[in-house]
Amino acid sequence: MNTVYTETLISLRDKLAAHEITATQAVQACLDRIAATEPALHALLAIDADNALAQARALDAQGYDASKALWGVPVTIKDALSTQGLATTAGSAMLAGFVPVYDAFVVQKLKEAGAIILGKNNMDEFAMGSTTEKSAFQVTGNPWDMSRVPGGSSGGSAASVAACQCFASLGSDTGGSIRQPASLCGCVGLKPTYGRVSRYGLIAYGSSLDQVGPLTRTVADCALVLQTIAGYDERDSTSDPRPVDDYMAALGARRDLTGIKLGVPQEFFGEGLSAEVRHACEAALKKAQELGASLVPISMPHTNAAIATYYIIAMAEASSNLARFDGVRYGHRSPAPEQLQDLYVKSRSEGFGEEVQRRIMLGTYVLSSGYYDAYYRKAAQVRRLIRNDYEQALQHCDIICAPASPVTAWKAGSHSQNPLEMYLMDVYTLSLNLAGLPGLSLPVGKGEESGLPVGMQLFGRAFDEATLLAVGHVLEQALPSFGLPAL
Amino acid sequence: MPTQSVSVADVTTMAQLARLDVPEEHKEQLARQFGDILAYMDVLSSIDTSTVEPLYSPVLHKAAPRPDIAVNTRQREAMLHNSPAQNSEYFTVPRIV
Repeated sequence: MNTVYTETLISLRDKLAAHEITATQAVQACLDRIAATEPALHALLAIDADNALAQARALDAQGYDASKALWGVPVTIKDALSTQGLATTAGSAMLAGFVPVYDAFVVQKLKEAGAIILGKNNMDEFAMGSTTEKSAFQVTGNPWDMSRVPGGSSGGSAASVAACQCFASLGSDTGGSIRQPASLCGCVGLKPTYGRVSRYGLIAYGSSLDQVGPLTRTVADCALVLQTIAGYDERDSTSDPRPVDDYMAALGARRDLTGIKLGVPQEFFGEGLSAEVRHACEAALKKAQELGASLVPISMPHTNAAIATYYIIAMAEASSNLARFDGVRYGHRSPAPEQLQDLYVKSRSEGFGEEVQRRIMLGTYVLSSGYYDAYYRKAAQVRRLIRNDYEQALQHCDIICAPASPVTAWKAGSHSQNPLEMYLMDVYTLSLNLAGLPGLSLPVGKGEESGLPVGMQLFGRAFDEATLLAVGHVLEQALPSFGLPAL
Repeated sequence: MPTQSVSVADVTTMAQLARLDVPEEHKEQLARQFGDILAYMDVLSSIDTSTVEPLYSPVLHKAAPRPDIAVNTRQREAMLHNSPAQNSEYFTVPRIV
């Protein structure tokens, strides 16, 4: 494949700048690619073709503007992010037909930078899932093998990027929802530090965990998108005021990994990790050593408590956040309720899917009188111990390395009857959200058995996305490229 | 941490608190699933947290106060637009009194 849509974002930007291609041609190439792949892939819940083409023509008429970092670049957005005038459902029947009256901060930033939004990506309902099978509307395929899941909850975003429907997508990550689908689809995905990117306009799931971040085909593309969306926003009280680093400069400044200490936590490479994922990660670590990095064995003793801690906190926060869906101001309303209480109960029961209802009920339970201390407060205490583990580990190394998923992409439908089994699959991603630290998922090879992409995570210090991106970039250049899926 | 199994009556209470209506025929399966999940959460009870302060948010900065100025960012018509029932001035709900 060597066509416009298979370019990297950076290479497309350079061609747009050099007038080798127009914004209209770039958008049309993606729309053609969407038309060819979407009937089988189902990565998009809304396609805004007419508006995208109109914007591209308007940009072409004005001429290339070097001050806009993403001028003419076609992108897609996870359906958890508000897009003014473009349907936003969070993958839920509760929000079928909902059309936001404002843009999320990150969407506004992309538009200001000249990006063109092609459509909205499928996702697990309200981001509660790890396969994108929990969407109320459709099941997204994995571009590498359509019978397999793309991961989740930002599975539509990862599938769109891997299938070259767009040049980048934005996802959200509450417990791995950017990094895990990026890994299963062979993309780069980054969860920024808590507070680095505003969540204004993100439909909330777990507010002390949620972050928005990019999914792209290369680390440099990821750096450019993060540069565009990072920064202070007074409309998100958790938004951090410190200045944003120059990520592209950080990429340019590093040629090898001399002086970099990579921490390898024994708990992340133990029981439960498939042999092929282990081998691909170990090969990447060996390559990092050849590039000058040193490997440091580390221990994160509370890792085995992370899943329980995470799910208690995430479900508690979800039960609170999703209380706003009551059938009054927006969303599904049950027809002909008898009285107000009936309106709430019926609207919520009809609008929410099974997994969302399960998490709301468990979240309500762990916050209820008599159980609050035993579950919610206890989990918050263990959360501090987990963060302490990260802080101590990062005193001995610059970056912590971990697999992104214990296995490569699995067959659709294989875990649908057992929610707990599904929760356990998030073991390598979710503790990072508890700690609030940044993490990059990098494709490091294909599984020797499955032939499917394997991702390795790089965890860093708070607000040190620059080091993650620079190290990821060097490693990416040195590892053999495994190309794009044949779709 | 309690390690009790979850009964169908517990599921009914949880659903009521969450303003959800769970069909009777699903309650037994949910009770089993909740029992399994809560039993798994029991891993936390083995960790000594007697001297550990809870961490409810990973925020590393103090939220900066800003002037409390009312701004009319949205117009009524736009805000009512997504409501399932409204009378062009207000959201409407079934009669309460």
